[in-house]
Amino acid sequence: MSDESFEPTVIGFTCNWCSYRAADLAGTARVKYPPNIRLIRLMCSGRLDPTFVLKAFSSGADGVLITGCHPGECHYLEQNYKALRRFHLLRRTLQGLGLEPERVKLVWASAAEGVKLAHEIASFVEEIRALGPLHWGGNGSNQSSVISGQSTAHAFKEVPA
Amino acid sequence: MSAKPKFAMYWAASCGGCEIAVLNIHEKILDVDANFEVVFWPVAMDAKYKDVEQMEDKSILLTLFNGGIRNEENEYIAKLLREKSQILVAFGSCACEGCVPGLANLRDSRQIVQTAFNTVSTDNPKQVYPMTSYDVPEGEIHIPKIYPTLRTLDQVVDVDYYMPGCPPESHQIAAVIDLVIQVLQGKAQLPPKGSFIGVGNSTVCDECERRRNVKAIASFVRIQDRASELDPSLCLLEQGIPCNGPATRSGCRARCPSAGAQCIGCYGPAEGVTDYGARLMSAFASVIDSNSPEEIDRILDGLVDPAGQFYRFNLAGSLLRAGRSAWAKEKV
Repeated sequence: MSDESFEPTVIGFTCNWCSYRAADLAGTARVKYPPNIRLIRLMCSGRLDPTFVLKAFSSGADGVLITGCHPGECHYLEQNYKALRRFHLLRRTLQGLGLEPERVKLVWASAAEGVKLAHEIASFVEEIRALGPLHWGGNGSNQSSVISGQSTAHAFKEVPA
Repeated sequence: MSAKPKFAMYWAASCGGCEIAVLNIHEKILDVDANFEVVFWPVAMDAKYKDVEQMEDKSILLTLFNGGIRNEENEYIAKLLREKSQILVAFGSCACEGCVPGLANLRDSRQIVQTAFNTVSTDNPKQVYPMTSYDVPEGEIHIPKIYPTLRTLDQVVDVDYYMPGCPPESHQIAAVIDLVIQVLQGKAQLPPKGSFIGVGNSTVCDECERRRNVKAIASFVRIQDRASELDPSLCLLEQGIPCNGPATRSGCRARCPSAGAQCIGCYGPAEGVTDYGARLMSAFASVIDSNSPEEIDRILDGLVDPAGQFYRFNLAGSLLRAGRSAWAKEKV
């Protein structure tokens, strides 16, 4: 359920050559997009290890946006296709773990598409807002809270082997 | 009476295969007996928890702890043995990373109890469910409370060494026991705390003798559906069998691939891998031979259960640690 005061935390991975430039262009052109997204620049969407996405969720992110160059335009020839395949497999795995696969999204944006990227960010933030908070690891606190708050064994009795 | 250093072994949420693996070191077990006094080993000898409680702190030299932390009893003994032991080894996949019992983290504890006591395979007409405490004429009796998720040993107590494997290979166990005995005799030094012992530092692929070419996967298939057509000397992953070798720590001499079966990942994440499943997702996705989203989806349909494939041994030790329903309960 969405909650009135809920502000989603979204991590965005951008490619140095296209989508990061697009975000930069959006900034230069004063195109507004929601501050909920925290952009992390990679050299290429092919650098996106699924570990980064899991780490983001386990550290409190509600959604992860993966962006890269359009198919056929990768500066490292075809690494964005690898990102595409990983994205598909990652979504299936997350679904198996009970997460809505819609919490991860892949968007292509060229260096000229500042307006398009800003628009995609805005609509993704709204999609995540509609999905509601994920609260994995208690938003920002880290995964150690998974193990905290356990009751310790009380006056433990012998159990036959 | 005896001045021999003390040895203990305990099983928490595990299957007992680790103890079999220890006994599988054959005559080397006599060295254990010659060099150690076994003070606590519920599978092999009678002992009471109160005897352990009365031992002095740090009086046990070496404790091999296998099994994950599933309930109150497991946690209590893990903490007790941590206090009483100088060297605590997370022994086997369950203690290191949760293993198969950790797969229950995909569901919450209510669903687990439901499955165990009320499904088609269970005859329970009176709907009898276990209770954590019960009054009998002699007094109140307890059974341990189950936790919402299974945790690895190091998520509960400080661990000195890790010895993965389901179970650890006997030749590796023998080598570790040899090392400890040499340390006792002053002929060797212990590795730094936190080390993985009885393992290799590479991947199963590195030990695997199958031939490898460029990987380009056009379809994934379960091994039982194509067993008779497989090339016995070619990399299984290249033949579309989801083999977990690329992300799995070496040390087993690639037993499964050499016997014609895919690696299922029991030795856990290779050196430097943060999340085992994520590394495998990377490895598998990278070699899919298609650039079209529809075709990629069709190929991935061959991976019937991705969460089970990637986290069969490692769910409790992974970054997310549990499925969402179990996780939600853990928070409450």
